[in-house]
Amino acid sequence: MRLRRKQRLIRAVRKSQQLRIKQDHTGNIREGDILLVSTVRNEAIRMPYFMQYYRNLGINHFLFVDNGSSDGFMDHVAGQSDVSVWYTDSSYKSARFGIDWMNALKRRYAHGHWTLVVDPDEFFIYPFCDSRPINALTDWLDNSSIRSFSAMLLDMYPKGRLDEFPYQEGQNPLEIANWFDAGNYMISKNPEYGNLWIQGGPRARAFFPEEPKLAPALNKTPLVKWDKHYAYVSSTHALLPRGLNRVYEEWGGEKASGILLHTKFLDTFAHKAGEESLRKQHYRGSIEYAAYLQTLKDNPNLWCKWSEKYINWRQLEILGLMSKGNWA
Amino acid sequence: MSVGVIMLVHSALHRATQVANHWLDAGCPVVIHVDANVDRKTFRSFQAGFADNPNVRFSKRHKCEWGMWGLVAASQSASEQMLKEFPDVRHVYLSSGSCLPLRPVSELIAYLDARPQVDFIESATTADVPWTVGGLDSERFTLRFPFSWKRQRFLFDRYVDLQRRVKFKRRIPSGLVPHMGSQWWCLTRQTLSAILEDPDRDHYDRYFKRVWIPDESYFQSLARLHSTDIESRSLTLSKFDHQGKPHNFYDDHLQLLRRSDCFVARKIWPNANRLYDAFLNAAPDNNRQVEPNPAKIDRIFAKAVERRTIGRAGLYMQSRFLDQHWENGVTSSRYSVFQGFTELFEDFESWLGKASGCRVHGHLFAPDRVEFAGRESVLNGVLTDNAKLRDYNSQAFLTNLIWNTRGERQCFQYGPRDSQANNWLMAKDPNAQISVISGAWAVPLFKSNHSFSKLRKQAARLQKIESDFLDVLRSPWAKARVRIWTMAEFVEAPMEPLQSIIDEIGKQAPHRLAEAPRMTDLTGFGQFLQNLKNQGMHPYLMGDFPVGSADPVENTPPRRPYLVQ
Repeated sequence: MRLRRKQRLIRAVRKSQQLRIKQDHTGNIREGDILLVSTVRNEAIRMPYFMQYYRNLGINHFLFVDNGSSDGFMDHVAGQSDVSVWYTDSSYKSARFGIDWMNALKRRYAHGHWTLVVDPDEFFIYPFCDSRPINALTDWLDNSSIRSFSAMLLDMYPKGRLDEFPYQEGQNPLEIANWFDAGNYMISKNPEYGNLWIQGGPRARAFFPEEPKLAPALNKTPLVKWDKHYAYVSSTHALLPRGLNRVYEEWGGEKASGILLHTKFLDTFAHKAGEESLRKQHYRGSIEYAAYLQTLKDNPNLWCKWSEKYINWRQLEILGLMSKGNWA
Repeated sequence: MSVGVIMLVHSALHRATQVANHWLDAGCPVVIHVDANVDRKTFRSFQAGFADNPNVRFSKRHKCEWGMWGLVAASQSASEQMLKEFPDVRHVYLSSGSCLPLRPVSELIAYLDARPQVDFIESATTADVPWTVGGLDSERFTLRFPFSWKRQRFLFDRYVDLQRRVKFKRRIPSGLVPHMGSQWWCLTRQTLSAILEDPDRDHYDRYFKRVWIPDESYFQSLARLHSTDIESRSLTLSKFDHQGKPHNFYDDHLQLLRRSDCFVARKIWPNANRLYDAFLNAAPDNNRQVEPNPAKIDRIFAKAVERRTIGRAGLYMQSRFLDQHWENGVTSSRYSVFQGFTELFEDFESWLGKASGCRVHGHLFAPDRVEFAGRESVLNGVLTDNAKLRDYNSQAFLTNLIWNTRGERQCFQYGPRDSQANNWLMAKDPNAQISVISGAWAVPLFKSNHSFSKLRKQAARLQKIESDFLDVLRSPWAKARVRIWTMAEFVEAPMEPLQSIIDEIGKQAPHRLAEAPRMTDLTGFGQFLQNLKNQGMHPYLMGDFPVGSADPVENTPPRRPYLVQ
C-alpha cells in the first residue's frame, strides 16, 4: 500500500506538468487557512453561487484546475485574490479523473491545511453548518485528533422533468433540485482500502435498476487535514494511507459526518450527459453517462411520492444520513 | 475586592485580554500565567495590553502540557503571587483563557461573600466516580508517569505496561487520600495558603510530579487535608466527552448558557463572537441570587456522548457501519415475519392488517418483485419494488425498510420460494418475530395444475430450503422470537397460535379475535402428500395428514368464517 501511495504521488507530480498556471494567488494562503480544490469543465454558469456558498462557509482559498473550459470560466474568477487557477486541456481520464492533478496541487500547497475537495455541483453540509463556520468544524476535528471527515453524496433532483426549470446563473441550485431519496442506500466494506462502498439513491433506482453493481459510488471523504504524503486513489472515494478511510464506527457508536448535496440534476444535465458520453472521459468509459442518456430520453422525472424535500442538516441527521457524533 | 482571578493562558490571547479586562472592570485583581510555549514577542505585546493597570500581574512562566505537572506549577506560582500581592483577596478563582464569565461579576462576588468560608472544588475519590478515561483510575496514583501522553504515547503505554508487569506500586504519602475532580476551583485564602505553605509541600510536590494529570488531583487531594468546608463542585461549567476532552461552546449555545445560571463556562470556541459580545457586555442587572443549574446543558452533552459511543440502534450509514455481532440492534424496531400463512389462508394479508393494525406486506423477498403492502411500487425512503436492486444488497434492503418505517410495525410474508439471503440476519435479530407453519409451501403445489414430475422436483427443493431455514431458527445463536408449527398441528387448532401472535404484536388492547382468516380448502391434500411419497419424495415438514376418508379436513363441512366466543 505504501508503494501504491508513492506511485500515486509520483504519478501526480508527473501529471502536474500538464498544468499551466493561469492565475497565481497562492501567496495569499496563510497558515491555518482552509482550502478548496476542484476540477471544473464548462461549469461557468454554476460558479457565482458556488463561490458565494463556500465563501460564506469560510473557505479561505480556492484552487481550480480548469480542464479545457470554453465557456469563459476565467472571466468569473479573474482578479479574485482568493482564487488560483491552473489550466490544462489534457485528458481528464488519463489523469485519473482529475485526481492526479489535484493530488499534485495539494502536495504543493495544501500541506498542513484542512482541504475540501468538491465538484462544482456539490455543496458541503456538516453538523451545525447553519450556525458555525467551517473552521469551527476543523478546530473541533483538530482537537479530537481526527484527520478526515466523510460526507456522503446525496443526489438532489427537482419535482418534475429536468428540463422544466431552467437554471439561472447565480441561483441556488437547491431551489430547483431540492428533493432526495432518504432511505435506499446500500453499504458494503471495501476490503482493499478499508473504506465503505455506498450505492443507491435516485441514480441506482432510475438508471441502474437492472445492473445495480454499476451504480455510482456515493461514499466520499472530501475534507482532510492534508499532508503532502497523502493521496486520493479513486476520486474522493478512497484515500491512502488507509487510516484516513476509517471515517466510520464499527463498534457501536456514530462518528460525526456530513453530506455533499449533489445538484447534478438540473436542466443543464441532459446537455452535459450528451457531451460526456461522447467524450468518454469519465469512469468506466462514461458508462454512467450513457445510462443517463438512455433513461433521460424516456422520462426524466426522478421524483416520486416518497421523495423527501430538503430542509436543513438537522433533517438529514434525523433521517440517519449524517451524524453529529459527539459534537454538540 | 474579595475575589482574585488566576488565568492560565496559552492561545487566543486576544480573547484572554477581553476576559481579563472584564474581571478587572469589576474590580477583581487578575494574575495571568502565560504558557512558556508562547513566544517572547507575542507575550510582550500581550503584556503591553495591560500596561497601565495596577491590578494585573504576570506570574512566572512554566511550560504547560496536558496531563503533566506544568499546569500545577503554573497554578502554584500564580496563587502565591496573588496571595502575596493582593492581601484583600479572600477567594481565588482559577480559570483559563478560554473561560467566559456568564453572569455579572458582581453576582459572583455576592455569592462568595455569602459563603466566606467555603471552598468550591470538585473532589472525589477514584473509587466513587466513573470519570476516568483510558482505564487508568486508581493507577494514576500508584504508577509513575514521566512520559507525555500526547507526544510520547508509545513510551507512555510501554512504561505503564512494564510497571504493571513488575507489579510496581508507588507509595502514596501518608495521610493523603487521592481525590480527583475538575481542575477549575475557587479556594479561600485560608485553604490555599495552607496548601502552599504546608511544611510537607516538597514531599507532596515530588509525589504529584509523577502522577498522571496532576492538575485534576493535586489541589483536589490537598484541599481535603486543609479545608474546613468543601463544596465538592466547580463553579466553572465544563463538559467532557468520552475521551476526556472538554466540549466547546459555540454561538448557538447562547440561550442554553444563559439559562444555565452558571458563573463561568469553558471552553469557549475563540471565534464565538456572539458569546463574547453577549456575555462580556451584559449590563450588571438586578442582583440575582440563583444557584447554578447546568442540568439542561448536561443532558445535551450526555446525549452527544451517547450518540458517539452507542449510536442509533439499527442504523447503517456512512459513519456507522458495525461489524456483525457488534451491532447494537440489528434493526431499529420490531417486525413480524410469517411463513406459510398466505398459503394456508386465502385472505391472510388483509385479515392480519385488520387484526393487528400493522402494515402488512406480501412476500418482500419474492423472486420477481418486492411485494409491498397494497402492491405499491415504492415505499418509505424510496425503496423500489425492483428485485435486482433488492437482491444486490438484501441486508441493506431489510434494515433500510425497518429504519424507514420506524414508528409503524411492519409484517411481511416469507417462504422457501423467496430469496433466503436474510435468514441469519432475521434469526439473530431480537426485533424479529418469526412464525412458521412448516410444510405449507406444499399447498400451492397441491392447487396447481403442473405435471406431477415437475411438482415432485419443486416439492423436494422447497422442502430442503425450508428445512435449512428451520435449522437456522433453531440454532443456539437465534435471538428472534420464533414459533414453528407443522401444518397438521396448525390446521387442527389455528385460533390459539394466531391469538398469541397478535397478542405479542400488542398494538391494540388485548382482545379475543372475533374473526378467523379463511382457510383454503384442503380436501384431498392428504392424498396429494401420499402421491408424493409414492413417487419417492417424502414430505415431512407438514406433519401427519391422513389419506382419504380419515382426512381431518374432509369430514368438516366447507369452511366459512367462524366465531370464537
